[in-house]
Amino acid sequence: MIDVVNLRKSFNKVDVLNGINVTINKGDIVAVIGPSGSGKSTFLRCLNCMEDPTGGSIIFKGVDIADMKVDINEHRRHMGMVFQHFNLFNNKTVLQNIMLAPVHLQCKDLKKQMRQNLINSILNMFRGEKNKKEIVQITKNKEQIKREAKEQAMTLLKRIGLEEKANAYPSTLSGGQKQRIAIIRSLAMNPDVILFDEPTSALDPEMVGEVLELMRELAAEGMTMVVVTHEMGFAKEVANRVIFIDEGVIKESNSPKEFFENPQDPRLKDFLAKVL
Amino acid sequence: MGNFEKKIETFITIFFEQGGSAKVLEGLENTLTIAITGLIIGILIGTVIATIRVLPKYKLLPRILNAICSFYVAMFRGTPMVVQLLVFYYVLFPIIGLKMTSVQVAIMVFGLNSGAYISEIMRGGIQSVDPGQMEAGRAVGLSFGTTMMKIVIPQAVKNILPTMGNEFIALIKETSVVSFVGVTDLYFAFNSIGSNSYEFMVPYLVMAAIYIVLVLIISLLIKLMERSLQKSDRRS
Repeated sequence: MIDVVNLRKSFNKVDVLNGINVTINKGDIVAVIGPSGSGKSTFLRCLNCMEDPTGGSIIFKGVDIADMKVDINEHRRHMGMVFQHFNLFNNKTVLQNIMLAPVHLQCKDLKKQMRQNLINSILNMFRGEKNKKEIVQITKNKEQIKREAKEQAMTLLKRIGLEEKANAYPSTLSGGQKQRIAIIRSLAMNPDVILFDEPTSALDPEMVGEVLELMRELAAEGMTMVVVTHEMGFAKEVANRVIFIDEGVIKESNSPKEFFENPQDPRLKDFLAKVL
Repeated sequence: MGNFEKKIETFITIFFEQGGSAKVLEGLENTLTIAITGLIIGILIGTVIATIRVLPKYKLLPRILNAICSFYVAMFRGTPMVVQLLVFYYVLFPIIGLKMTSVQVAIMVFGLNSGAYISEIMRGGIQSVDPGQMEAGRAVGLSFGTTMMKIVIPQAVKNILPTMGNEFIALIKETSVVSFVGVTDLYFAFNSIGSNSYEFMVPYLVMAAIYIVLVLIISLLIKLMERSLQKSDRRS
């Protein structure tokens, strides 16, 4: 689903990524590990162009999104992202956090389609019988979009057992609750892949479990996930591929069993000896 | 202090019997109109400029816009309000042949001037919001503009409300220069009452009192607004 070809990124002439090549298939759960400063977070942030790559390409569903000309917003809808510091919208309630993007974007599409229909119906008067463009039936209105988004949001909240927090503001929640809501916020967009940028690094130890549990559930449902993490246990048990990034390149990429039991790269051996 | 009583009597006579009150009311109305409309225009201009100035700068268009905005801010912060008023009223508008009343010119100059200041206040406010908020908005597919409008600016406004209060208060007080282009404002009204009787003490004291009351009312309103905006901070 995502093909990364020779991805490069430099910040003010400091090279962070020096040519990363990796293919992520549908249903893959890829754990990305590496020492700090190795470029693993930058790699993840390049995948949805949060950082614009300096070179190479990222083919997402057949489109090179590293190209500055593509409408990146359109593609980001299909790529969820979960941050280390949750980044829930502080001025919105939990429910609004989840509903905001789906409602806003669907309403925007609706308006665009209505505009397009209007233009087409006017132009059709002048077009020949064969050249007439189709008028797309509009089946939803704004209220329906809102109602459906709300239903979906409540279902997602029930799933993580936080439906009574729907009208609370993020400042009243614990770290674990915030991160789980951040995860279902990206789920509400029905993404094809979710990128996790060290989702448990800012959590108190006792809250790491609940977040990992939710991620395990998503993995079991077949969600494609790319996870930058320091949780070796998670990488071992849940991922079907583990990638070791160091000095801006992929030093090793293997199944978790091989990766942890039979590491080849000397830097990886060194790294694993320190963290395990 | 018999003298003082007489001064008050003179003031009261002029105020109530010789049309002083009408003049003061007109002045109050002009002062408030100029300050409030100027502030609203300033907020609109300031928000737009602040947004332009925090745009990512690797494309050409944002850079050009940014340069224009920097120039605008430098111009309006670099010259006194009186000079701007005089230039607009006596130089700029006659040259381009625009016919505007002196009150309209004052509103425009106050709007443009406070726009320059508010843009900097707003930019500080926007930069004080965690960059993660913008990232989170962009990550779910919202555009820069939408994220700005729905997520970042509401949080920025909450942070800068006290400073905005300052700006409004400064604006109200600065209206006292609009008589330079012939607007009857509070200062002008009381000054003419004073000139009628060559007795300035009481009119000036009353004028000071009115300004203070205005500013106190504004401070109170700002405090109320701050409290209502803080609802997302409170634990419920």
